[in-house]
Amino acid sequence: MDVRSQIAMVFHLDKCIGCHTCSIACKNIWTDRKGAEYMWWNNVETKPGTGYPTKWEDQDIYKGGWKKNGKEKISLRGSGKYKGLLNIFHNPHLPVLDDYYEPWTYKYLDLIESPAGDDQPTARPVSLVTGKPLDIKSGPNWDDDLSGTPEYARRDPNLENLSKAEQEAMFQLEKMAMFYLPRICNHCLNPACVASCPSGAIYKRGEDGVVLINQKVCRAWRMCVTACPYKKSYYNWNTGKSEKCILCYPRLEAGHAPACMHSCVGRIRYLGVLLYDADKIEEAASVSDEELIDSQLDLILDPFDEEVIRNAKENGVADSTIKAAQTSPVYKFVKEWGLALPLHAEYRTLPMLFYVPPMLPVMASLSTTDDSGQAVKLDPIAKFWDKNHRYDTTSKTIMQTVEQARFPVKYMANLFGTGNEEKLIEVLKKQLAVRVHRRHVTVGDVDAGLTNDTLNEVKLTAEIADDIYRLTSLAKFDDRFNIPPAHREQAIEMLENAGDTKGSTGFGFKETPQRGL
Amino acid sequence: MTPFNVIFFIALPYAALLMFFVGTIYRYKATKFKFSSLSSQFLETRKLYWGSVPFHWGILFLFFGHLIAFLFPSSILAWNQQPVRLIILEVSAFVGGVVTLLGLINLFYRRLTDARLRKVTSLIDILLEALLITEIFLGLWVAFGYRWGSSWFATVLSPYLKSIFTFSPNIDAVVMLPFIIQLHIILAFVIFLIIPFTRLVHVLVYPLSYLWRPYQKVIWNWDRKQIRSTQTKWTIHKPRNN
Repeated sequence: MDVRSQIAMVFHLDKCIGCHTCSIACKNIWTDRKGAEYMWWNNVETKPGTGYPTKWEDQDIYKGGWKKNGKEKISLRGSGKYKGLLNIFHNPHLPVLDDYYEPWTYKYLDLIESPAGDDQPTARPVSLVTGKPLDIKSGPNWDDDLSGTPEYARRDPNLENLSKAEQEAMFQLEKMAMFYLPRICNHCLNPACVASCPSGAIYKRGEDGVVLINQKVCRAWRMCVTACPYKKSYYNWNTGKSEKCILCYPRLEAGHAPACMHSCVGRIRYLGVLLYDADKIEEAASVSDEELIDSQLDLILDPFDEEVIRNAKENGVADSTIKAAQTSPVYKFVKEWGLALPLHAEYRTLPMLFYVPPMLPVMASLSTTDDSGQAVKLDPIAKFWDKNHRYDTTSKTIMQTVEQARFPVKYMANLFGTGNEEKLIEVLKKQLAVRVHRRHVTVGDVDAGLTNDTLNEVKLTAEIADDIYRLTSLAKFDDRFNIPPAHREQAIEMLENAGDTKGSTGFGFKETPQRGL
Repeated sequence: MTPFNVIFFIALPYAALLMFFVGTIYRYKATKFKFSSLSSQFLETRKLYWGSVPFHWGILFLFFGHLIAFLFPSSILAWNQQPVRLIILEVSAFVGGVVTLLGLINLFYRRLTDARLRKVTSLIDILLEALLITEIFLGLWVAFGYRWGSSWFATVLSPYLKSIFTFSPNIDAVVMLPFIIQLHIILAFVIFLIIPFTRLVHVLVYPLSYLWRPYQKVIWNWDRKQIRSTQTKWTIHKPRNN
C-alpha cells in the first residue's frame, strides 16, 4: 500500500447559480496576460451545451484521455509515446484558437477621442491576437443560459445515447431545463497530460497531488492539450509554453483556498484531502466502463483505518495531513455519503474533482388529482399542465420523481455516471431523501413514516441527513475548505541550507517569462 | 590560401562550432524558459500540415544522409559502386531535397501571409527561413549540376570536415570546388553559427527520452520516506530530490 495524499474538490451543482465569479477571480489572478487571454483555467458551462472549447467532450474530434484496448491495458487515445512522437511536427488533434474563441477587447478610447462628427462614435471590437478589428463570432460563454438558439444545446455530445424523442422532450419550451457546470483542472490520479508530455515537463506533486507544468522544461510539443480529455491544458501562443490550472498552489501553501473557491458566491465548492493507494492506480483505471466509478472510489482510503494511518506515516504523509483527511468535507461527500461523482470517469484519468449532480429542475412531480382547487393556482402561462394535474412536492410518489425528472437521468448519467443510470438515481434519491427529511423537520407537512421510509430506502439515518444538510447549506468557510499545512518550510530546509542563504534575496533565480527567439 | 579561403573554410567553421556549443549551452542554462519549439499550430493548423510535415521529415532525411556520408564515407562509396544503386541514392536524396524545399516554401508563405502568425514572427525567424531556403536550393543545384555528389562528398568533403574536427584543417580539396558548392558549405556553417540565436535549438531537445520514461511522473520536494523519520540525520548537503 503506497498511501499518498491528494487535495480533492467537490462542486455542489445544485448550488451553482452560474455567476462566473470563479472564472473572473481566476482570470484576474492568472490568465490576464498576452497569450493567455483566451484561457479560462476555470470556466462555467451551461448544460446542455457545447462547452468550451466547443464540443470538448467529443473525443472523436479531440482524442483526449485514455482508452481501453482489449482486456487489460489502457493507452492514450490521441498521443502517447509513438503517436505523440510521430505527430510532433503536426498534431492532427490539436484544438486551435478558433475552437476556443479569438480573444478581443474594445477600442474604448475611440469613444472619447473621436473627432466631432455626425455619428455617435462606437467602441469597435479588436482582436487581442492581431490587434485588428474583428467580427465577434463566438466567445467563452456563447451559449450561456442556453442563449440564442437551442442549436448549441442540441450539439451537446452527452445527448448521444438519448433517443430522438427524449432529446426533443428536453428542448420543448415548457420543459426546457439547464444547469451550470463549473470546470477546473481535475488534478487527476492518472493524468493523461502528464503521460503525454514528451519533454516530461508535466508532473504531479507528491505531497498534495497538484498537477503542474514546468515552464522551463515545456518545449511546445502540444501533446498535453490533446491528451487532456477535459481540455484544461492550454497552449500559450505567445510564450510557446503550455499552461494549466495550478490549483492556486501558492495560496494553498499559505493556507488560503484557491481563488475560484474562495470567491464562489453560491458556496458550492469544497476542498479537502483524500488519502489514496497509489499502487492500485493503473489497475483502477483499467477496469470496464461500468466499474470505473466504483474502482476509482475504492482507491480512496479510509483515513481512520489504523493500517492506512500507519502506511501513510511511513510514506512521509504529515500527521497534520492525516488529520485533515479525517475531517475532509470531500471525503464525506465522496465516500461517507456517496453523494459526489467524478465528471466523465470514462476518460479514465481518475479525476479528483467530484460533482454532486443537480436535482434539476426543483424536484417536483405532476400528479393526477381531482383537486381542481390546486389547478386554479397554476400560473396561466404554464398551460402545459391540464387541470387534472398538480405541481406536487409532497406526494407519496415523491421518490419516483427522480426517474421522471424533467431533466433525463440518462443525460446526467452520460456526464457523471459513465452512462450508468443506476448510479445517478442512487445519488439523486439520497439528495431527495435529505430534502424530504428536512421538509419534515422544518415545514412538517411530510409525515414521519414517509420520511423514515424515504431515508431507509437510501440507507440514510436522520443524523446523517442532518449532517448532509448542514455541510450543504450551512457550512462556514473552514468547513468547506480544509487545507492541510503544506510544510513548505521543511521542503526549503531540505533543498537549501537556510544558513547559507541568510541575507540573500531568495532561492535560485528568476527568469522573466519572455518568448524565446 | 587566400584570405577568402582562410576566413570561410577555417575561421568560419571554428567560429560556428564555438558559437554552437557555447551559445546553446549558455542559453540552455541561463534562459531555459526561452527554450521552445515555439509552435504556431495553435494559431493556424491547416497550412502548417503542408509545410511542417514535408519539411521536417525531409530535413531529417537530408541531415542523416549528410551525417552518414561524413561519418562513413567508405560505406557510401561501396554502395555507389553499382550505377543502379548510385542512381537510387541520388534520386531519393534529390526527391528528399525537393520535398523539404516545397515544405519550407509553404512554411515561409504561411508565416508571411497569416495575420495571426505575423504577431509571433521575429526577424530572426524570417532570416532563418530565408537562409534555409537558400541552402536547400543550393543543395539541389549542387546535386543536379555537379554529379555525383554522394561519391565526391565522401572523397572530398568528408576528409575536409574530419580535418576540421581533428583540429588540423586541410582545405586543399575544398578550395578547388566550384563556387556554388562552396557557398552551400559556407551557408551550412552560418546556419550552425546562428542556431543558438534561433528557434532551431528545439532540435537539440527532441524528446527521445520519452520513449523510455514511465508515463506518469510524480515529484516530491523531499525524500518522502526520510523526511519525517526520527532516524534521519540532519546533513548540510542537499538530499536528492528527483
